[in-house]
Amino acid sequence: MAQFKGTERYVAGRDLEVAVNAAVALQRPLLVKGEPGTGKTVLAQEIAKALGYPLIEWHIKSTTKAQQGLYEYDAVSRLRDGQLGDPRVHDIANYIVRGKMWDAFESEQPVVLLIDEIDKADIEFPNDLQFFVYETRKTVAAKHRPVVIITSNNEKELPDAFLRRCFFHYIRFPDRETMEMIVKAHYPDIRQALLREALNVFFEIRDVNELKKKPATSELLDWLKLLTIEDMPPEALRSSDAKTALPPLYGAMLKNEQDVHLFERLAFLARRRGQ
Amino acid sequence: MFAPFILALRAAGVPASIMEYLALLRAMKEGVAGFSVDDFYHLCRAALVKDERHLDRFDRVFGEIFKGLDSPQGDAPRTLPEEWLRKIAEKTLTPEEMAAIEAMGGFDALMEALKKRLEEQKGRHQGGSKWIGTAGTSPFGAYGYNPEGVRIGQSESRHRRAVKVWDQRTFKDLDEDEALSSRNMKVALRRLRRFARTGAATELDLPGTIGATARNGGSLDLHMVPERHNAVKVLLLMDIGGSMDDHIRICQELFTAARSEFKHLEFWYFHNCPYERVWRTNRRRRETERPMMEVLRTYGPDWRLVFVGDATMSPYEIIQPGGSVEHWNEEAGQVWMARLTRHFRKAAWLNPVDQSHWRYTQSIGVMERLMENRMYPLTLAGLESMARQLAR
Repeated sequence: MAQFKGTERYVAGRDLEVAVNAAVALQRPLLVKGEPGTGKTVLAQEIAKALGYPLIEWHIKSTTKAQQGLYEYDAVSRLRDGQLGDPRVHDIANYIVRGKMWDAFESEQPVVLLIDEIDKADIEFPNDLQFFVYETRKTVAAKHRPVVIITSNNEKELPDAFLRRCFFHYIRFPDRETMEMIVKAHYPDIRQALLREALNVFFEIRDVNELKKKPATSELLDWLKLLTIEDMPPEALRSSDAKTALPPLYGAMLKNEQDVHLFERLAFLARRRGQ
Repeated sequence: MFAPFILALRAAGVPASIMEYLALLRAMKEGVAGFSVDDFYHLCRAALVKDERHLDRFDRVFGEIFKGLDSPQGDAPRTLPEEWLRKIAEKTLTPEEMAAIEAMGGFDALMEALKKRLEEQKGRHQGGSKWIGTAGTSPFGAYGYNPEGVRIGQSESRHRRAVKVWDQRTFKDLDEDEALSSRNMKVALRRLRRFARTGAATELDLPGTIGATARNGGSLDLHMVPERHNAVKVLLLMDIGGSMDDHIRICQELFTAARSEFKHLEFWYFHNCPYERVWRTNRRRRETERPMMEVLRTYGPDWRLVFVGDATMSPYEIIQPGGSVEHWNEEAGQVWMARLTRHFRKAAWLNPVDQSHWRYTQSIGVMERLMENRMYPLTLAGLESMARQLAR
């Protein structure tokens, strides 16, 4: 069986690798939690790439119902077709809209199914690998058990019975060394000096406790990309470390105005103390 | 095989069950963990722990049960120098030196120089004065005598030894028990919900659709309405300090429950009786203070005002100007109470003191009269009657 390993573009800790391989080997869903922006969603894409399976993504919104993952019966368009005298109306199967789980079950080869942000809505993940379509009296059964990756942002407690069936992995925020590897994986030819200064600024910002939204990996990557596009010299970052002024292009890292204000105030205090 | 481990986990409060245990055993059989202690730890963690709040407890139990289990000696990877070098350079060099080296050929040149020195080192080294090792006097190495030395071995690295991973207990902050106990309160507060339809129209308005379709002569006319949201706004004024210290726990639970239940929740603190100032953070009271008049202006009469306090004080603190124990108040507490209850018509007072003791404290009676009898004990029953009264 194909084993999941960190790739050139995705740095995975050994603990994550073991969790993924266990979930794949035992054919159970893997529940992934962690701070926003630590690569939960990207993980599924990388697993699909590593195993060579196609990826089916199901993004949950607060209005999503569990049934929508299986199928939906589009009664409204059938009603409309009935009024217009469309012959399609006689076959109810024309109005069954297949959901992502159905797609995953019917696929000819095993797939990776990503259920993103499951905590946004009340979703009971079905235990069975088959379900019954009442409208057409047919049973849909899985040809291959899909590799299921579920992400959660902790907005809601998940039911115990559901948790029992999963493997669980919590993505810890990467430390400095890991972060450097991650950045190098994404931008292999970034200048070492720039990276060093940028990481200093980044971790300094994260050290400020009152921040509403701490910048995470994805913010850092965006910021670095901006810095390289602007061709920012490393000295520019050093002279303006987070304690005395806002870092250049801070918009990529501070995402709401309270945080920006907080920084302006901190910078002001630091300057006054410095004099 | 690992039954004692599972039992110890359960004793420590990690809710692992037979299901998880069987999954772990099957994974072992499938050879997921291989023969590495580190992988075994990761596998156990993925299979048995389902909540990041339990990760720290798991680490502790794992360390306890598998004490002495260690990976064989001599297989430690030797790929560290890259990181060591950077640390050495960052910590030992003064800014001037750094500048000089950068002028000479940059940071990489410095690294090359240091790397050479590392390559000269052969084998494990201890007690010397020049090379990198432990317990030496060289500035490089762990546990050295040189006060300015760089600690290499002790510093975190990517290649942690197996035992260390759980000994680090990186998930300590996530362990908290508070949220569970406030569940009952959430249920009681739920009565306060007031649903309103705002935002994008995403739901089918069935009566509207039927009406419109009938008017349309039978051809379909769909009508949509926005989804329902809880639109109730709650302003919480909490008594803090002094006699309230006895009730901190229950107030915290109430606060946690209210926090998660209401989208529009604002809270301010006062001491004993509300006067002309309230504050947001008790620790930084001076900086977060706000005039009460401003609070009255900020939150409209549609906010529901909930006081939380024991109302246990000297009656003078309520009825006399200058009666406050903390400062000189120009206007008596009852003037402020009247102002507040007039502005916020929907108001209530939650009192953590046992209701049977209320009549022994004069100030509670005074306050209850000021609140027009809308004082409720801070119990589930009291919360429910308060919610019913406020929702009216």
